[in-house]
Amino acid sequence: MAKGYKAAAKRALAEQPQVRESVTRATLHFDANRARAYAEVEAEAWRDWAAATKRHTLSRLDRYLIQAEARLLASGAEVHWAEDADDAQQILRELIDRYGVQRVVKGKSMLSEELEVNGLLERLGVEFFETDLGEYIIQLAGEPPSHIVGPAIHKNLEEIRALFHEKLGTPPDASPGALAAAARKVLREAFLTADMGISGANFVVAETGTVVLVENEGNIRLSTSAPRVHVVLAGIEKLLPRVCDLEIFLQLLARAATGQKIGTFVSLLNGPRRPDEPDGPEHLHVVFVDNGRSSVLADREMYEALSCIRCGACLNTCPVYRQTGGHAYGQVYSGPIGIVLTPGLRDPRLAEDLGYACSLCTACADVCPVKIPLPKQILTWRVRSAKRAPAAERMAFAGYAQLMTRPRFYRISGKLLRIAASLTGAPWLPVLGAWAAGHGALEPSPKSFREIWEEDLGNA
Amino acid sequence: MRVCFFVTCLADQFFAEAAADAVRLLRALGVGVSFPRAQTCCGQPAFNAGHWDEARKMAAHTQDVFEGCEYVVLPSGSCTTMLRAYSPRLFEGDRPRYEAALDLAGRSYELAEFLVKVVNAKDLGRGLEGVRLAYHHGCHVSRELGVKEEPVRLLEATGAEVVPWEADQECCGFGGVFSVKNAPVSLAMADRKLDTLPEVDYLTSADGACLMHMAGRARTRGLDVNVRHIASLLWEARNG
Repeated sequence: MAKGYKAAAKRALAEQPQVRESVTRATLHFDANRARAYAEVEAEAWRDWAAATKRHTLSRLDRYLIQAEARLLASGAEVHWAEDADDAQQILRELIDRYGVQRVVKGKSMLSEELEVNGLLERLGVEFFETDLGEYIIQLAGEPPSHIVGPAIHKNLEEIRALFHEKLGTPPDASPGALAAAARKVLREAFLTADMGISGANFVVAETGTVVLVENEGNIRLSTSAPRVHVVLAGIEKLLPRVCDLEIFLQLLARAATGQKIGTFVSLLNGPRRPDEPDGPEHLHVVFVDNGRSSVLADREMYEALSCIRCGACLNTCPVYRQTGGHAYGQVYSGPIGIVLTPGLRDPRLAEDLGYACSLCTACADVCPVKIPLPKQILTWRVRSAKRAPAAERMAFAGYAQLMTRPRFYRISGKLLRIAASLTGAPWLPVLGAWAAGHGALEPSPKSFREIWEEDLGNA
Repeated sequence: MRVCFFVTCLADQFFAEAAADAVRLLRALGVGVSFPRAQTCCGQPAFNAGHWDEARKMAAHTQDVFEGCEYVVLPSGSCTTMLRAYSPRLFEGDRPRYEAALDLAGRSYELAEFLVKVVNAKDLGRGLEGVRLAYHHGCHVSRELGVKEEPVRLLEATGAEVVPWEADQECCGFGGVFSVKNAPVSLAMADRKLDTLPEVDYLTSADGACLMHMAGRARTRGLDVNVRHIASLLWEARNG
């Protein structure tokens, strides 16, 4: 089976038309909410400020990481550094051994997808529960998330009903409320009996060592307060310098992601439970993960992508993403930000395929809360990939440039093209033939503009 | 006032009559039009495909062709964006060419934008009274250059009704090489446009390539959609 976005997108459109329908409906809804929520505030100024704050933080990332570590240690947390996914898995394995963990509850975390934490837990025989409702749905379905914020938006109600009926025994026509109640019953039990909670940080504040977690369902709050051990996974780019920076970032994240004023639950963790506190974990571990981020940071044309706060706004507004959903990208991160980050985090060669999961419409640039120049960066990946493009493509563009820098040659070729196309629809021509397959025969003008000019307009 | 007309390669071959209407309209409004014969393509297809060495050759050729023109007017939003926003990026390491690119950028206008901003044309004639139109905002001209109101205002001044369309600012799926490299996605994007298109007499735009894409898709689906380039509609309003 052919691999990559191109093949997967074609398959998805042909075989799973309901995905396009579900994803389009959900993303249009999110995008409209985002637009309304931006319009309520001075979004342009907020975005400029947030972009500048993130670029500043990235430019002094070493300093802020050291500061954050010192504050976290002072608060009683343990800090771990993972260079890659293997490292992070090793750290998790040791913690699971150390505390004799048998049951884990997880908050939604894209970094945990990057690190393949679920695969590790399975191999270790540790029982685990995704506790975000969307994540729980796809855990039951055995699928990865298809969207940064809405992991199950590719599924419609009918599919979820059938899934819950099969896995949880709910009636085949259960209401959405009844489905949520069935999940809640399982998850409540899990929260109360789990030994370890795992979450992914939205922000880590350097000046105080505060871990910030944003959510809507209360599941992360439970994961950080009920189990005796809590592990926070944090990409090294998650830092913010000051607590007061949260004022804008918390609002901007929620407005960009779902159009809310702020996430329903915002948890600020400052160390493990203290003697006078009624809840919270006995042990708090923060794992800072690089996993390719340093090399993105070192890339002058790409480092701004590390400003990403994982709001999903670029996915919601992307007309390409809307047709296929996230699975077609075949990567942890999909949509515009996925196209930009994935080759940098994993392998530049992935850009050859992913770079074309984009029509360069530039809608994403208008919505990104931290003003990542996504279309520009996607094009930069195309420029880098073009050097390795198939010989036929490189020759075609070389010939095209030859043609277009020789006006007489262009003029004759244009004429031949129009004659050929009007006779046959030109299915045998490269590029134009492929075009004709989806659009019907080419219909060139009977006379070129040039000819009209010569015969008529030029004499005026 | 004199302008150099940059017909663009696609318009030259595929919507030549609309381009000719643009010239007729400019002249009717008292604008002198010349047509530098050595012009070819702005280089955008190569630029967007990442083949920048080739794009650079075409962009340099275009600079030379239009050197000394006071204004360059194009019947294509996307090609205008190439000159205004993209072409300078090709010459970041080449000072004279970079400055020439900025210079050309400062003189280049999309047709409707030129009519509103420079010619200050408010009333072209009410020849489209009662005609219902849907206007497709080309991605590049609307988002990169911020030209959104000008074409709509001109069309409305002809007496036509520009009907609200929920997807009017969404990408049609053309995207140059994208439409060939990821054809099924590109066509699904056109479907979203066509499936939300209100009942209108014409679907129009400042971007002929987008119109070709949507019209082609409509034809293969057996849909009855009439497309017309904005230049032809405006000329008809003036002349009709």
